[in-house]
Amino acid sequence: MNWTWFHRLGSPPYIFKLAGTLTPWFAWLAAVAIAYGLVGGVGLAPADYQQKDAFRIIYVHAPSAWLSLMIYTTMAVSAAIGLIWRIKVSHALAAACAPIGAWFTVAALGTGMLWGKPMWGAYWAWDPRLTAELVLLFLYMGYMGLRAGIEDTQRADRASAVLAIVGVINVPIVKYSVEWWNSLHQSASVMKLGKPTIVPEMLIPLLVMFVGFTLLFFALVLVRLRAEILRRERTASWIREVLAA
Amino acid sequence: MTQAASPWQAARLVVERDLRLAFRRPAQLVQPILFFLIVTTLFPLALSPELSRLRDVAPGVLWVAALLSSLLALEFLFRDDAHDGTLEQFVLSGQSLTWLLFAKTFSHWLLTGLPLAIVAPVSAGALGVDFASMPGVIASLGIGSFALSLIGAIGAGLTLGVQRGGVLLSLLTLPLAVPILIFGARATELAIKNEPYGAPLYLLAAVAVLGLTLAPLGAAAAVRIGLE
Amino acid sequence: MTAELRADNLHLWRGEQHVLRGVGFTATAGRCLLVTGRNGAGKTSLLRTVAGILQPEEGCVFWRGEVTGVDRRRFQSEMCYLGHDAPLKGDLSGAENLHFGVGIRRRFSADELHAALARTLATDFADRPVRTLSAGQRRRIALAGVLLTAATLWLLDEPTTNLDASGQELVTALIDAHLASGGIAVAAIHHPLALDARVTTRLELT
Repeated sequence: MNWTWFHRLGSPPYIFKLAGTLTPWFAWLAAVAIAYGLVGGVGLAPADYQQKDAFRIIYVHAPSAWLSLMIYTTMAVSAAIGLIWRIKVSHALAAACAPIGAWFTVAALGTGMLWGKPMWGAYWAWDPRLTAELVLLFLYMGYMGLRAGIEDTQRADRASAVLAIVGVINVPIVKYSVEWWNSLHQSASVMKLGKPTIVPEMLIPLLVMFVGFTLLFFALVLVRLRAEILRRERTASWIREVLAA
Repeated sequence: MTQAASPWQAARLVVERDLRLAFRRPAQLVQPILFFLIVTTLFPLALSPELSRLRDVAPGVLWVAALLSSLLALEFLFRDDAHDGTLEQFVLSGQSLTWLLFAKTFSHWLLTGLPLAIVAPVSAGALGVDFASMPGVIASLGIGSFALSLIGAIGAGLTLGVQRGGVLLSLLTLPLAVPILIFGARATELAIKNEPYGAPLYLLAAVAVLGLTLAPLGAAAAVRIGLE
Repeated sequence: MTAELRADNLHLWRGEQHVLRGVGFTATAGRCLLVTGRNGAGKTSLLRTVAGILQPEEGCVFWRGEVTGVDRRRFQSEMCYLGHDAPLKGDLSGAENLHFGVGIRRRFSADELHAALARTLATDFADRPVRTLSAGQRRRIALAGVLLTAATLWLLDEPTTNLDASGQELVTALIDAHLASGGIAVAAIHHPLALDARVTTRLELT
């Protein structure tokens, strides 16, 4: 089997060009998907029986939460590949993922709080998912803090890779322990951000939003990846050629 | 031909050296314990002198204080050895670095975590916990502090050479320590209420065992990276 | 296989600096490789790369014909690395330091320990806490440690630092004896070592 395409994925100039070509595609597809999802979900879908219109926040909350977790996993896998096979582009990808993932986590928390107000009457509650999401945000901040604290890029890459791998092992443990803790202290009022009963008119826009957010992530991460590669390879000769063109 | 030292011998020497060094500076030994005692004193001052109210918050107070003192002490886990080149000699010793670092973490726990668990009944008593609950308090804090030392070793390794890495160490370790805190505090809470605390204690022990098997590997990887 | 250290086309970057550019050498039993070069040329980095603390981006180090990366611990058990600052704990005595420091590598008797200390003329101050010793005294303790490891390969980073004239003669004598018994030494130096030219090879790093 011809593995050249695989080896090319590790080459910074190739990825730089590839990322540049792919970004507009992802960006436009994401825009279309998100527009459809928002119109379908926020505008057209029928109101939920119990939660009325408040549930509509799920169209932003659920994709954000899922993405925050998916990005963390991507970051950890990419970092692990970079650590084990010593591929620079992999490390650059992990570095590019982190702030995006952190912002999606903030979005999930923020929309969770906005959902909480009509549901429980309070902006914050120690709901298991919100709490686990908060811990995830701290994991992201720790990762970014460690990267910022180590000056040498190579050392920062490898140290933060170890942290990301340890973190990813810990995420399911944290989720389990937080859910266990919360179930013990369940109070009478409905604390969970319960999913409304889903009918197709609600479900399809939601799935489209998931896809749209994922495409948005791809677009964003490719932009950041280009910037990372540019920063890391700034003394390399191929950069001058590319920028001259 | 030279006869290599066995892993057990090497670990014993590592622990013995740390203990001997620690006891030559006894003043430094008591500092984490003092910190723990002072912090637990702050809570009654900040909340209320009523023992019944304090007993309700005692598990949380004990655990947060234990966490904070452990984090303070973790800064010193590898610091001195990294500065004078001893850590480097570990890497070059021909022994498994994972095993040697586990021995170091164990000696660190013997000097900080275990004394904390033993002293905890004093604070617990001051917070209105009665005598019968003390074994549970000691057991949960003992296992929990051990798990915390193991997890903290990873952060300690990662922050080697980072300027003022102490706060970063705490930021890295705390999210990873959430399961330890949740299970441990629950075990302590049940012990204080004189209810069976076996379930959360087993869960805490499970986390500790997981940490035992995986954390030294992470710490070794972190230390190797930090020494470059 | 007989004792032989070989490095092949080592490339190492430290941050953005290309420190080692295709460095290669061979050192056979009974020979000493003297690494010279100005400050920052990469002498310490070379020693640390051979020792296995740093990973080169390209190139390999061979010990007894095998790549050291394959069974790193076996290689490291036959090798001793002495850096700029000797890893001595200030609160322990010199003898205690060696007991623990070398003890995690190999078993040795108290007689061997005393013999090593006597060889480097460190017996008089071996029982005092290291923080009370001068830099030269500490280096003598560290050298006793090198002897005590009974390692075949010595990696020495500026071994004569802090030593007076008699100390420098001591280092030369120790290396001579080590080479004569079939050992190999790689030493990064600033000042020339008075070793027999027949047993030394020079490697200049630019």
